[in-house]
Amino acid sequence: MKEIIDLSFWQLLSAYVFILILILIVKIKRIPREKEIFLATVRMTIQLILAGYILVYLFENAHPILTLFSICIMQVFAIYNVYKRSNTKINLQMKKIIALSMTLGIFFSLFYFIFIVINVSPWYEPRYFIPIAGMIIGNSMTGITLGVNNLITGMKSHREEVEGALMLGATPKAASKEVTNQAFDAAMIPTINSMVGMGIVFLPGLMTGQILSGTSPVVAIEYQIAVILGIVGSVSLSVILFLHLGYKQFFNDRSQLIHEHD
Amino acid sequence: MYRLTNIKINELIKIDNLTIPGQSVTCILGPSGSGKSTLLKLLNNMITPDDGQIAYKKQLISDLDPIQLRRKSVMVPQTPVIFDGTIKENITIGSKFSEKEPPSIKQLNGILEEFQLNKNLNDNALNLSGGEKQRIAIARALLMNPEVLMLDEPTSALDEQTAEVVVHKILEYVKDKDLSLIFVTHNKELAAQVADHTIDLMKYSLKKEMTIHERNH
Repeated sequence: MKEIIDLSFWQLLSAYVFILILILIVKIKRIPREKEIFLATVRMTIQLILAGYILVYLFENAHPILTLFSICIMQVFAIYNVYKRSNTKINLQMKKIIALSMTLGIFFSLFYFIFIVINVSPWYEPRYFIPIAGMIIGNSMTGITLGVNNLITGMKSHREEVEGALMLGATPKAASKEVTNQAFDAAMIPTINSMVGMGIVFLPGLMTGQILSGTSPVVAIEYQIAVILGIVGSVSLSVILFLHLGYKQFFNDRSQLIHEHD
Repeated sequence: MYRLTNIKINELIKIDNLTIPGQSVTCILGPSGSGKSTLLKLLNNMITPDDGQIAYKKQLISDLDPIQLRRKSVMVPQTPVIFDGTIKENITIGSKFSEKEPPSIKQLNGILEEFQLNKNLNDNALNLSGGEKQRIAIARALLMNPEVLMLDEPTSALDEQTAEVVVHKILEYVKDKDLSLIFVTHNKELAAQVADHTIDLMKYSLKKEMTIHERNH
């Protein structure tokens, strides 16, 4: 198998032509987005260069504390991102529920994956742990964000049905079942869609990376399948936990619908 | 059956003392915004008063399980709540929510006929007219076999003739099953015609405290 081509500075720089083309197009079409494109490109470049150096350091100094610390940092950023990307204001209790369900869902799936599925030794091997954690955390973040937004907007738009169900003697859980089911559905759709398109519509990032680095496509596929299953597990577990605890925030101890989330 | 003492909700409702007797028809009268619907919501604990006590069958509502209370004291709001699904699903959902025995197909068809709903049980309930939805909501509550039926403006979306039939059927059912009926209306004539007791909220005006007195006919 051929060695991977290490891109030279100029080769990498030449890839930025795509951004120049994009900026040119938006300028011609008078879409005022040049600033955002420019900033996004700069951020992406700086973040990835920093991540690259951090990963080199972590790989060369493999230690359980360092690996766990990195995962915790990623997790905190992901939780913060969910708060930021939510359409509506989330109260403190809801924030705690988001953090708890993401942490439990992600950590369970991640550790199951590391210890049972790949059984890597040592378990804290950053070369495995960090990229896999990144994929699991990133996808769970998207799923939870969708779950949070859909639960909050669904409880608002279906307020009459939820209240009507309570008047018919429904428990808060039964009264909000339709809304929580829809929120679960919305949260899972991107993950399920990506499974459907995988291998045909696109080659997933992990697989592409492994193939580029010289790994046999068959091994790359094995990893990809395992990782996507881990992602499904983490997203569904986090979202289920979130919805299970989250819907209760809309009711008080007298099973009355509260109006705080308006 | 219901006893309210020193009830206060913001500036909206102030009730010093009110008794709603059981096994009878009680009518709550008053103009829009006078707190009629709020009063119903107090009775099934959909809301809690800022102050005061409400007792149902001599037990304080605050000591009762609110879900169990709502299964006994079923409320139909003025705007009927229709869930996504068929007419059958919409009528039986009441029993499902309250974990009671679902009505039989015979009962379902029977109540459709009684309420002049010339529809198939498998029709989509969301396509019904406002009046039809209102009748579905009332039928659903009746088939839950409640102890108390609380109806908020039950004939507001019905034409005069249908309203008469529906009211007649409700009363027949209430007498038959020995239920208590509490219903909110702004129609004084209807109240005079059917109510054993009337709670009049007519003197209400915004920001003016008022007391509800029971008026027996």
